Amino acid sequence: MRATDRLIGLCLIMGLAAHPASGEDLRDLFFGEALYHADQGQYFEAIQRLDTELAQYHRLDQPELDTLHYHANEAEFSVGDFELDYRMHYRAGRAIKRVLEGSVDDAVRNEAAFRLARIHFQKDQLDDALEALGRIRGPVPEQIKDDVEFLRANIYMATNRPGGAVEVLGHLQNDKSLSGFASYNLGIALLQAGRQKEAIDQLDKAGQLAADDPAALAIRDKSNLVLGALLFESGNFERAKQTLDRVRLEGPFSNQALLRAGWAEASTQHYDRALVPWNILANREPTDVAVQEAMLTVPHAYASLKLYGRSALMYGRALELFSNQIKKVDASIDSVNDGRFLKALIREESREDQSWVIRLRTLPGAPETYYLMELMASHDFQTAMHNYLDLEDLRSKLVTWQTGLDAFDDIIRLRKQNFEPLLPVVDAQFQDLDSRMRLRLEQHKHLAERLQTMLTAPRPDYLATADERATGERIARIEKQLEHSDSAESLALRQRAARLQGVLTWRLETEYQNRLTTAYEHLNELNTQIDALTRQYQAFVRTRQAAKHSYVGYDAQIAELRERARRALERVDTLMARQGHMIETVAINQLQARRERLVAQQTQARYGVADSYDRTARLQSGAEGH
Amino acid sequence: MRNTAHGWFVIGLVLAFSFAAFGRIEGAPLPDDKKTEAKHADATADQQQMRGLDEQVQEVKSDVLSISAELNQLEEKLLYPSGTQVAIFVALAKGDQMRLDAVRLEIDGQLVAHYIYSAKELEALRKGGVQRIYVGNVTTGDHQLNVLVDGKLKAGTDFSRTEHFTFHKEVKPKLVELTMSGPESGKTAITIGEL
Repeated sequence: MRATDRLIGLCLIMGLAAHPASGEDLRDLFFGEALYHADQGQYFEAIQRLDTELAQYHRLDQPELDTLHYHANEAEFSVGDFELDYRMHYRAGRAIKRVLEGSVDDAVRNEAAFRLARIHFQKDQLDDALEALGRIRGPVPEQIKDDVEFLRANIYMATNRPGGAVEVLGHLQNDKSLSGFASYNLGIALLQAGRQKEAIDQLDKAGQLAADDPAALAIRDKSNLVLGALLFESGNFERAKQTLDRVRLEGPFSNQALLRAGWAEASTQHYDRALVPWNILANREPTDVAVQEAMLTVPHAYASLKLYGRSALMYGRALELFSNQIKKVDASIDSVNDGRFLKALIREESREDQSWVIRLRTLPGAPETYYLMELMASHDFQTAMHNYLDLEDLRSKLVTWQTGLDAFDDIIRLRKQNFEPLLPVVDAQFQDLDSRMRLRLEQHKHLAERLQTMLTAPRPDYLATADERATGERIARIEKQLEHSDSAESLALRQRAARLQGVLTWRLETEYQNRLTTAYEHLNELNTQIDALTRQYQAFVRTRQAAKHSYVGYDAQIAELRERARRALERVDTLMARQGHMIETVAINQLQARRERLVAQQTQARYGVADSYDRTARLQSGAEGH
Repeated sequence: MRNTAHGWFVIGLVLAFSFAAFGRIEGAPLPDDKKTEAKHADATADQQQMRGLDEQVQEVKSDVLSISAELNQLEEKLLYPSGTQVAIFVALAKGDQMRLDAVRLEIDGQLVAHYIYSAKELEALRKGGVQRIYVGNVTTGDHQLNVLVDGKLKAGTDFSRTEHFTFHKEVKPKLVELTMSGPESGKTAITIGEL
């Protein structure tokens, strides 16, 4: 599959993944945290958080009680998006497949199928992408309806089925968000289908669409540039020039349009008119291919107008520029060879915004990145460069984690030093307290049971006070002493003792209910104390466990993690070296190609200077002779 | 002189470059881009090597992600056990346009976090992201949480608000969500949600 196709996919994915959770109230804090990281481009953190959350969610017995349940599908989609953004295409489809295989409604399944198709498209798996789109049945969410069709058209074009693409794109011409792109792509699909005339008409339409945002303006410029090139190739120079004039002077296609507009004029021998766009171009950024080309076309036009003196001057200017640029390219090659390109790449400040690659050139010792623009535009090189940066991030994370693991070892050692001498003493005290507590708890339980029994089988004697119990015993002793005496005095005393016992019994019987209630109240009060004691007991057990868990059982895990981090770091270092070498090699090849081109242009300029002087001299001698 | 850059090759390159510049969607590649076609039909050794490396980089990313997940669990177990763990999150009320500059948190009178927001972070909060501003340990029971927010309103005036809350820590990990709103929204400046 061609690199450009991959870029289409990449751009599609980047755009659609930008706001995965917008429009809904967030219910799960950890999902929100993942979005917070993703929005800042911290995809590693976002994937790690969301992956962990999703794994926990899928392990739950009742996932519907978890707050992630409200965003479960969205979270699965998001983790796929984040993986794509983090250039992990091989993993990216997993989460979305889970949604597709789950029990979800048609709209969700269709969105999942669309996202899966996008991932397959991104991975060059075009048949799988079409198959995924084929799984779309029933209602499609309104916000992705046209995106689905746009993707379908792109797949058709990538699989050389322009007829299908033309049909699909024909229905997308009214979508405002896609208008410029759908219109331009329709033109290209027609061209691919061999319908040249219709393609020209379509590109003409695309080149005149009203646009206000930068992307729409750029695609309009692109339509005009392509149409201009088509017309130029077919020899329709006048119309080609008119079309190229529609390309904005400040847009990304301006240099190419100016160069080609000049050639359209020159092809009809209007060199004076060709000089207008070429002179504009010749004063622009001198590292640009079109500008360098214009440095030769301008004196060529002057020569064609027989203004040899002016031509010689301009060739001289071109010669100087090419010499300077060759020096710049040589310095850039040296800079790459010295490893300064890779060093500049990984500098934090060079990655602050989207134009970081261009701004690299301003760093001291960095190569002239304008010469690497074509290379940097290629998907493979961009992937390689981003991979290099990702590897550098991984390397720095792994190094930090290794230090972190050392710190964990220290923490564990210090905790062990602190707790190990303390715990045996605390445990001994606790065992003593524990046995006393168990005894009291048993007593409490016994009392509660007795009171419960007394509800159905009243036992007033159980509720006698200590005084009453002593009095009762005293009366019983008196009665026992008097039981063998039949004297009148003893009889009177026995009667008194019996009366006293009667009073006591009367009191116990009549006050029984009140006393039972009071006993219950006291038991309840005791329950509060017991509960507090139990809580304290449990808190102690937890704290005791936590103390033990704070330093026991980590050694194997830490050792394993340390080993894994070490191995990963080794792999990262190796990959960084290979990736870095690859980037440098490709960059140097590119710079050398540009150098060769500059040298060829330098030769042309040198020849042009000589030729112009020669013609001037001949003209002058001819004029003198005449 | 003949322009050597004529033809589809230059256009192809220019267009290919432009793909990197756009956001949401992109234009199709040109047909008959012979040089590009030939180049990609038979990918060069460099490209094959780059793709091979890309696969290996993806594998190492997976490995490191898994190490990171395990490390996070270990860190949580070791430094913030569930019995004492408290995590405080910051979110912006939906659609609120206040520019959040800084948040200060005190738990039981102790300063635990003082965070100053970058433009990127603020944008992420505005899009619905939630920041875990603090993770720490507290004992079970009630705790005082003082939150101080500094920001700027849409009109450019400074905005500062302090709120005092009480949260209850139980045996399970405690999650506290603070949602910030500017006075223009008509909502309470700082609301607390507990999980």
